[in-house]
Order: sequence, then C-alpha cells, then structure tokens
Amino acid sequence: MTDQDKILSEVTQSEYKYGFFSDIETDIIDKGLNENVVRTIWEKKNEPDFMLEFRLEAFRKWKKMKMPDWAYLKVPPIDFQNISYYAAPKKKPQYESLDEVDPELLETFNKLGIPLEEQKHLAGVAVDAVMDSVSVKTTFKETLAEQGIIFCSFSEALQEHPDLVRKYIGQSVPVNDNFFAALNSAVFSDGSFCYIPKGVKCPMELSTYFRINSANTGQFERTLIVADDDSYVSYLEGCTAPQRDENQLHAAVVEIIALDRAEVKYSTVQNWFPGDKNGKGGVYNFVTKRGICRGESSKISWTQVETGSAVTWKYPSCILIGDNSIGEFNSVAVTNNHQQADTGSKMIHIGKNTKSTIISKGISAGESDNSYRGLVKVLPGAKNSRNFSQCDSLLLNDTCGAHTFPYIEVGNKSSIVEHEATTSKIGEDQIFYCNQRGIDTEKAIGMIVNGYAKEVLNKLPMEFAVEAQKLLEISLEGSVG
Amino acid sequence: MSVLVEKADLSLKYTGHYNDVKDLLTEGSSDILNSKRNKAFQDFVMQGIPTRKNENYKYTNLQPQFSPDYKFIHQREKTELDLNQAFRCDVPQLDTHLAFIFNGWYYEENRSVGQLPEGVILESLEKIAIEKPELLEKYAQLANTEEDPLVALNTTFAKDGYFLYVPKNTKIEKPIQLINFLQADKDAFSTQRNFVYIEEGADVKMIMCDHTLNLNSYLSNSVTEIFLGANAHLEYYSLQNQHNKTTSLNSVFIHQEKDSTATTLNSSLHGGLIRNNLKFILNGENAEANLFGMAFIDRKQHVDNFTQVIHAKPNCMSNQVYKNVLDDESTGAFAGRIHVVRDAQKTNAFQRNNNLLLTDSATMQTKPQLIIDADDVKCSHGATVGQIDEEALFYLRARGIDDKKARLMMMNAFAHEVIQQIKVEPLRDRIDELVDKRLKGEVARCHECAYNCEC
Repeated sequence: MTDQDKILSEVTQSEYKYGFFSDIETDIIDKGLNENVVRTIWEKKNEPDFMLEFRLEAFRKWKKMKMPDWAYLKVPPIDFQNISYYAAPKKKPQYESLDEVDPELLETFNKLGIPLEEQKHLAGVAVDAVMDSVSVKTTFKETLAEQGIIFCSFSEALQEHPDLVRKYIGQSVPVNDNFFAALNSAVFSDGSFCYIPKGVKCPMELSTYFRINSANTGQFERTLIVADDDSYVSYLEGCTAPQRDENQLHAAVVEIIALDRAEVKYSTVQNWFPGDKNGKGGVYNFVTKRGICRGESSKISWTQVETGSAVTWKYPSCILIGDNSIGEFNSVAVTNNHQQADTGSKMIHIGKNTKSTIISKGISAGESDNSYRGLVKVLPGAKNSRNFSQCDSLLLNDTCGAHTFPYIEVGNKSSIVEHEATTSKIGEDQIFYCNQRGIDTEKAIGMIVNGYAKEVLNKLPMEFAVEAQKLLEISLEGSVG
Repeated sequence: MSVLVEKADLSLKYTGHYNDVKDLLTEGSSDILNSKRNKAFQDFVMQGIPTRKNENYKYTNLQPQFSPDYKFIHQREKTELDLNQAFRCDVPQLDTHLAFIFNGWYYEENRSVGQLPEGVILESLEKIAIEKPELLEKYAQLANTEEDPLVALNTTFAKDGYFLYVPKNTKIEKPIQLINFLQADKDAFSTQRNFVYIEEGADVKMIMCDHTLNLNSYLSNSVTEIFLGANAHLEYYSLQNQHNKTTSLNSVFIHQEKDSTATTLNSSLHGGLIRNNLKFILNGENAEANLFGMAFIDRKQHVDNFTQVIHAKPNCMSNQVYKNVLDDESTGAFAGRIHVVRDAQKTNAFQRNNNLLLTDSATMQTKPQLIIDADDVKCSHGATVGQIDEEALFYLRARGIDDKKARLMMMNAFAHEVIQQIKVEPLRDRIDELVDKRLKGEVARCHECAYNCEC
C-alpha cells in the first residue's frame, strides 16, 4: 500500500508535460458575442455570402437556447460574453517548405513531439496542423490532389470549393442541433475539410493536430468529411493543449457524410490539459460529432482515446439511413484527479439491416467521475437491425465514480439490441500475480489497464496506437489506491 | 403554443381542485396526514403533472391520462356491494388473511382477515393515524414529495389506504392478501396511501391484487411506504389485472435495515397504462433486495417499470430481473437505476431487463443505469430487446414440435425465470396458468370477470 501511495503521489504531482505557452503574435478580436462579432468573423475570413446566413441563423437560434444540464457533470457557469471568439496568428504563413515557417511555431510542434518532417517521411501522414484556429501548413496536399482528394483547411475550402461545402455543411449537425453546435456554427473560425471522390481509396491516413494557444480564446473547430460512393478514408485527430490556469472552452463540430458503400474511419486521441491535481484549470470540451451513413452499405467508425480535459461532453454518433449501413463506436475514456467525463454514443437505426457496435471502456481514478451515456434507437422501419453495446468501467480507488446511462428504444420485432455493462475494481489478484513475477505494481497496473483497453486500442491506426498507449500510462500509472 | 397552454391548464385543474376541497381533505383526517399536505401541494405546484420532458417520465406520457374530468373520491363511500360476497379469489388452495380496499379506501366490513398473530395490526390508515399516531411517526419520510410529482399529489390528497404493523420477531404464516377494487358510477380518480411497518426479526408475505369492477375510466395514484427492521423478511407480490381504461400509478418505497431481506415481484397481466415506481434504500449492512417483474401486454397497453436501488451501506446485495412480452401496439418501458454511494464497499448489484417484441408495431424503451461511487463492488446490468431465438426454435421444430407450440414453449420458458421466484406455491401455479393462457392468446382473468375488455 505504501508503495502505491508513493507512486500515486509521484505521478499525480507531476505537472502536465505539454504545458507551455508559445509566444506568437496573434490577432484577437474583443471579448463578447453578438451579431457584429459573427459578422466580423465572416468578414475577416472573407467567406462567401451563404456562410453569413448560416452563421447568423445559428447565432439567432443559439440565443434562444440554454446550456444543457442533463449530463452527469458539474460545470461552473460559463460566461459566453467573456470569451474572445477569434484568434489567428497575425503573420499568416504561406510557405512551400517548412524552412520558411516561423521557427517559433516549429519549436512548438517539436515540443509537442509532432515532427512534421519526420512524419512526412516515416509515417506517410499528411498533417494539417491547426494552431489556434488557422491552418498553418498542409502537407502532402499535392500527393492527395493527384487522386482528386480535397484535404484542406475549412477557410480554404470555402474559398476554393464553396459549392461542395454549401452542399454538405450542416447536414449531419444542423445549426440548431444543440447549444454548443449552434455556438460553433455561429463563430467557428477554421477546421478541416475533406472530400474523397467516387471510388477513391485514400492512400494515407489524414491527420490534424489541434492546439489551443492564446489565453481565453475559445476554440471552435469545424471538420467536414465527405466520402463519395465506394471511397475509403481514415482520419486521425489528436490534441494537446498548453497549461493554463483559466478554463478554456472548446466546442468543436465534426460532420461526416458517407455515401453509397463508402467507409470513414475517424480516430481521436484527446489529451488536453485536464486541470491540476486540485481540479483547477483545464479545458472544457463540449464536442458534437456526428456521422450520417447516407448511402447503402456505408460504414462510419469512431474510435477515441480520451485522457484529457477537465470536462468532456462528447457523443460521437451515427445515423444509419442507408440499408445495410454500419456504425461503430470504440472508446477508452480515462479520468483522473478532478476530471469529469460524460461521453458515449448514439446509434440511430433508420435503414434496413443496419448494424452498430458500441464498445466503451471507462477508467476512473483520483476523485474523477466518468459516465457513459448512450442511445440506441431502432425505428420501426429499420427491420433486422442489430446492435451490441458493451460498457465496462474500471475503478482504481474508492473516491472516484463510474456511471452508466444507456437508453435503448426499439420499435420493431425483427431487430435485436443487446446492452451489457459491468463495473469493477482493478483485480488485486492480478496485481499480486504480476508482483510475484517480479513486475512492480506500477508496471502491473499499466499492463492491466492496457490489456483492458486493448480491444479499443487495437482499432487505432498504428501511428496513434503507440501515442495512445503512452497517454494511458501517463494518465494512470500509479494512481491505484 | 396551444399545447403549452393546455399543459399548464392541466396542472391548474389539479391545483385548483385542491383549493376547492382543502377543507374536505383536512376534515376528519389526522394531524399527521394534514401536516404534510401544504408542503406536498407546493411541491406539486412546482413540478406539475409530469411531461415527457421530465427525465423520469420520458417514456410515459401522462398528460392524456390526467386530462379527463374525473370524479375525485375524497370521502369514504358506502358501497351497496358486500365485497366479502362479491369477490372470491379463484386461486385454489390459497389460504390468506384477506382484506379489501375500495377505491383507495380500506373496506370497513372486512370479514375474511381471520386471526392475525398477536400484536399485528391490519387496519385503515385514517383510523390508525387518529387512534395510534405514534405508529405513524415515519409517515412521508420515504416518499419524497420533492422528487416526484405523483408522490406530491398523493400526499396532498392522501386520506386512507391500509396500515400494517408487525411487531418484533412475529412470523405471519399465511400471506396477507389485499384486493384493490375500483368501482364508481362515473370516471374516477382514486388516491391510496399505505403504510407498512415491520419490526426487526418479523416475517411477512403480502399479496396485492388490483381489479376493476366496471368499465368506467379510472386513475389510481397509490403510494406505499414500507419500513423493514433488522433481520426482517418481506415478500411482496403484486398482481395487476385491470381493464384497458385504467391508469394505475404505483409508487412503492422500501427502507431496509441490516440483515433484512425484501423480495418484490410485480406481474402486470392486464391494464391500460401502468407505471410502477419502486425505490429501495438499503440502509444496513448485509441487506438483500430482490426485484422481479414481468409484463404481458397487448393492444395499446403501456407498462413502465421504474426502479431505483440505493446501496447506502456496505455489503449489501441487490438483484433485479424484469421481463416483458409485448404484443400488438403495446409499449413497454423500463428504467432501472442502481446507485452505490461512496464507501458502500463490497456491494453486489445486478440488473437485467429482457424483452420480447412479438410484432413490428410494439415498442420497448429501456434505460438501465449504474451510478457507482465506490470501487470494491460488483455491479452489472444488461438489457436485451429481441424476438424468439430462431435457432432454438429450429431445434424444437426439428424434434417434431409445431411452430406455434414451439414458440409458446419458448415464451413460457422466458417468463418462467420470473414466475419461479414466487414462493407462495398456489399463487405460483395460478400465475403460471394465467401466463400460459395469456400467451396462448386467451384473455386470462383472475376471477369470473364478466367484462369484455375490447375497449
């Protein structure tokens, strides 16, 4: 026990590894939110007219909405007028090669361990690095362009492919979908846009890295992925944020549209600043992620590893409209200290023979609360649908909490829906077994947790799996009491 | 907009009614009951008739049920009918202490109660509240009016129901059977408030049967509080068999001390809209709670089982199994919540909800929840919605059993897991038979019911 206490204190006292603040000149507009701010963002970004309509409609609807309070979270009131809604690096770099990029910016990425160049060569990943809302550099764009794949920042997409954006934006997440989605639709600054044309299998994993940098700027990202008939894409998103004392708000929207027989794989590793061990600071993460399987036999899968953020409110969902379409959700959520997570998935079965799987692994430590909340809805027309959900929770000490709130609604007789959940603590006998074989407690816990989460980690692309395993270790090692 | 106005109006109807009958309610009623009315009324005003926006009533829309103009039964009514004559429980060999409750009022001329062990009191709540108020010290302590508008409304209107007191170490051999009748000359709203106090070491079996005696619409809102002392044992069986125009809203609260065991078994055989709220508080070590439920519904019937089990002390055990068979356009709902509070270590809590949908127009909505704040626990829940396993069916068919019979066998087996938990043998045999009949498509009734429930 004393050993464990020591490990516990060592790990919990270690500061957030990625907490630093790089000194880049940024262009910030005044705090507050009103129609003028929305217009200013639209002007600054020089967007087409339909976007002003889109943003204003969202803003008007947002004004009438209230912040949702149904989640099992304690969130202190957020003053939405005390946030600056736009921050862009002033010197917007337009470079062909990395040498020309602001060296300080490169330094930032190096500290984060995102070696752009190395990844270019070794991993074959095209990285669209997003730093405080404006896309700085898109790599491998040319390689992708050869195949007709569009992968660029949202602002670029609005300039160069306004028709495509107009056709698909707001389809899976309408502007009035929820409080945070409406807010995002009104003020989103940038994000990524990805279009895979008919019959194209994207030859590499697409990836973006988000960072929150300036103090007090909310980050409102918007990602739109459209996979046309018979296409395939695997998309990675990874995040780290520098340490700040004030809470930072993040309300992103991710929309995925999969047409006939298309497949989209979306993987996330989220490691934003979770607040210090006293629960001070940390990122508020209110994200709306939704995919529509519009075409027949299409497939969308969400895989996420959530270790960061003080508050996580996130429900990646699939709307299965096309017959024989498939939705998948795989999640590992880790909470430590005073972190709170309310996360899960929604699977809406509309088409015939649709299938969905939900695998959720929650790991709670410290004084954190970790909830799974999910909905599986089978409409009367969704004959022969199938869902299987499994939600396991692992409790590492007696001060944390693990909660499960599944909703199951079935409207026809030919569908089968199964849900099971278990909650248990980490096995003392398992630790003992490892100890006996000369493995110390800290390592044993790391092994057990990694084994427990394996089912989900295995779904991650190679590049991410390693990072995710490291993250799990950093977040958890030694936090067993 | 008009909808909003209507909803507000609906609650106003009930608040307005309270102001009209305030004097009638307090008159002749004891201080204990009266002292809770005002607070309960305020809580009801705050909450209103629950809408589907109320998370706890998400799957049960009570608005249409509260809309008709009911006659309120706030006074004891004399009935022409001699219930002792009119009713014969047709369960063979079921020997019980039998008492009747008429429209929510304890029937005064109960003659079939028989000889209860010494010290046991089975009486009208109204009477006990006046004559022996010391026995009702804990009245309204479990049923929190702030948490549920139906409880608030019940506490506001509460006048009578049954009262049961079982003294220390008393074992009642025969089950206590209480028959609820609803019969009025027009559509009626009945309020029933029950109180059960079982002292330590006592052992009781209770059987509740709900019946309707004519075809008027009824809304019955009942609240039962049960206190179970240390090492006491309770078996609580509830049989719901009412016609399609009945709305049956039941809230049962059970508070358990250490080493006590409570088993509830709810079987909904027939009814219009049934909502069963069941809340267990395990407030002593080694307490054990078993919750079983089954529903066999068809046409447009609706059954919603809403359970909460609070593990407040370590080393307790709870076990829930709820099964539904849904036919025609019926709708079923289940919401179960297990809450293990901090430091309630070594808790074992299990919950399972299995549902069979027989048609494409039947729907099932289920919401099993776990809230766990202690780490050394074993908790699990599972929910399934589906149809009869085709492979098992094939197995039976391959052995020469025809399709219809094979399906019936499967359904019987499905239900039997709950039925076998009934420890009162004659009752179990009878329910087995009723369920069998029900599944065969024959309407099963408890007694020689003359009503054609095609409404």
